Amino acid sequence: MTTSTVEPTEQPRRLVAAANGDRDLTSLVFLVLLWGCLAFGIFSLAVLLFNTAMEGAGRLDAQLFTNYTSQLRPESAGARAAIFGSLLVMLTTAALSIPLGVAAASYLEEFASRENKFAQLVELNVQNLAAVPAIIYGMLAAGFAVLIGLPRNTVLAGAIALALLILPVIIVSTREALRAVPREIRQGSLALGASPMQTLLRQTLPAAIPGIATGTILALSRAVGEAAPLLLLGGLVFVRFDPNGLLSGFTTMPIQIFDWAGRPQVAFQELAAAASIVLLGLLLAMNALAIIIRNKFSSQR
Amino acid sequence: MHSGPSPEVAGGAPVAPISTNISVEGSHERAEHLVDSPHAVMTCTDVSVYYGKFRAVNECTMPIARHEITALIGPSGCGKSTILRALNRMNDLIPGTRVTGQVAFHEIDIYGKDVDPIEVRRRIGMVFQKPNPFPKSIYDNIAYGPRVTGMKVASMDDLVEESLRGAALWDEVKDKLKQSAYGLSGGQQQRLCIARTIAVRPEVILMDEPCSALDPIATSRIEDLMVELRKQYTIVIVTHNMQQAARVADRTAFFTAEAAEGSGDRTGHLVEFDKTVKIFGNPADKRTEDYISGRFG
Repeated sequence: MTTSTVEPTEQPRRLVAAANGDRDLTSLVFLVLLWGCLAFGIFSLAVLLFNTAMEGAGRLDAQLFTNYTSQLRPESAGARAAIFGSLLVMLTTAALSIPLGVAAASYLEEFASRENKFAQLVELNVQNLAAVPAIIYGMLAAGFAVLIGLPRNTVLAGAIALALLILPVIIVSTREALRAVPREIRQGSLALGASPMQTLLRQTLPAAIPGIATGTILALSRAVGEAAPLLLLGGLVFVRFDPNGLLSGFTTMPIQIFDWAGRPQVAFQELAAAASIVLLGLLLAMNALAIIIRNKFSSQR
Repeated sequence: MHSGPSPEVAGGAPVAPISTNISVEGSHERAEHLVDSPHAVMTCTDVSVYYGKFRAVNECTMPIARHEITALIGPSGCGKSTILRALNRMNDLIPGTRVTGQVAFHEIDIYGKDVDPIEVRRRIGMVFQKPNPFPKSIYDNIAYGPRVTGMKVASMDDLVEESLRGAALWDEVKDKLKQSAYGLSGGQQQRLCIARTIAVRPEVILMDEPCSALDPIATSRIEDLMVELRKQYTIVIVTHNMQQAARVADRTAFFTAEAAEGSGDRTGHLVEFDKTVKIFGNPADKRTEDYISGRFG
């Protein structure tokens, strides 16, 4: 080594300086500001949760799950129809949006070339749709339902609206998951004489399942919490029966909460708070499931 | 029979006729039964490969002789991997790739109109630089190819065993066939990939720097395996390791990259193709001699 002689004293000194030197006043203020923002967010959420819990705790009983709603007796009314409605709408939404979303994502990611005009159009639309307000999807589904002669306030129409709402999210997260599958897996499969479709179905999609499942569950949990598009469809606010099929009238948890919260009696306010706790619990459970799936599969790698 | 790395190479003592430290001792023995115009399984005629407007390889013409190992060597960016991928249409998967000239496989142009690239890849298998087992069991890794190609298999168990024996992996994995392939070492994974490739009974096996991610012991096992596989298959290997080419290859093609007229893009082309003994012992082209004696590249 004759070409360069490095001054040995220069670098260690710089290292020592870096240890405290970057914490000047400006960065300290900024750090405090960041912590403040975080604290404010968490504090607001905690107050909200605490308030809801205190208000609704009294009505968080078995009747909430077993009884139908009531105009006259809020003290014994329940959210049974809304719970069943939410579950049925969620399942129908999943059945509509998952196959469509995964297929669209697979096409865009695995088959369409970048020059393909149709694929570019679809891609542009997916990006735009993700930013459309939820209520617009309600209008779209209402129009669609009228067009095909479907009553608007049915489980199917509601599920169509919610499926459209979460389709962009499912497509984007599925594409991300497919992109994360190493190219070597695809190449290995194709080099053995597998067709691109076999490669997708037998290698790429199975390897992407954790990512797809996580994204889909999070999207569904968003759908479960939506009230706006369903209200626009004429989702019934007062239902005293279980939904019994895709063409049945229905109500869901958010709609039921909306209805109760709008009534003047204190007993209904408590009911709304109790139902909110149930809805929050459901969403929390779904998010937890998404995390569990992700961790389970990533530890297998 | 030649096998494994030569001790001369390991010791670093120069024994080759020109001023390189690459031993071609083993190749000399093999060279005696090498005919001058062998039966070519594949023939490249004026093959150029383009990525969009960029020409990666220009007009390469060479035969791939049956039951021989052909090595493609040359500095980075000379297009040797590109040519290898052109041989089984793996280039199709990169958008914008275009191949001109003719790549004949048993006299049939594999880029012909009626040719199914899936069938081409089944007959001309490929092993990649980085071992790429599927996230499945060892057994399912081997069985995948025969299953997807709809091979008529009397007993899948027998085929799996035969393929693993063929890749000299059976004894190491026979008790854990149902375990994940990811539990194997890098060298074992690469032999699994070779076993997976021979399970679909290709005629030609293309290997793209198959040892560059492996340690010397795993490398020498793969090299032994290649020499063994040559009896049944035709092998084309891209390698950065000149000693490796000298040890295992019957014939060697030397590629280099030179700037095309009027543009800064470097286009790869075939400089010299001959028996390995000739390439490493008495190359006809000055550039070949410079490269193998370590003067550039």
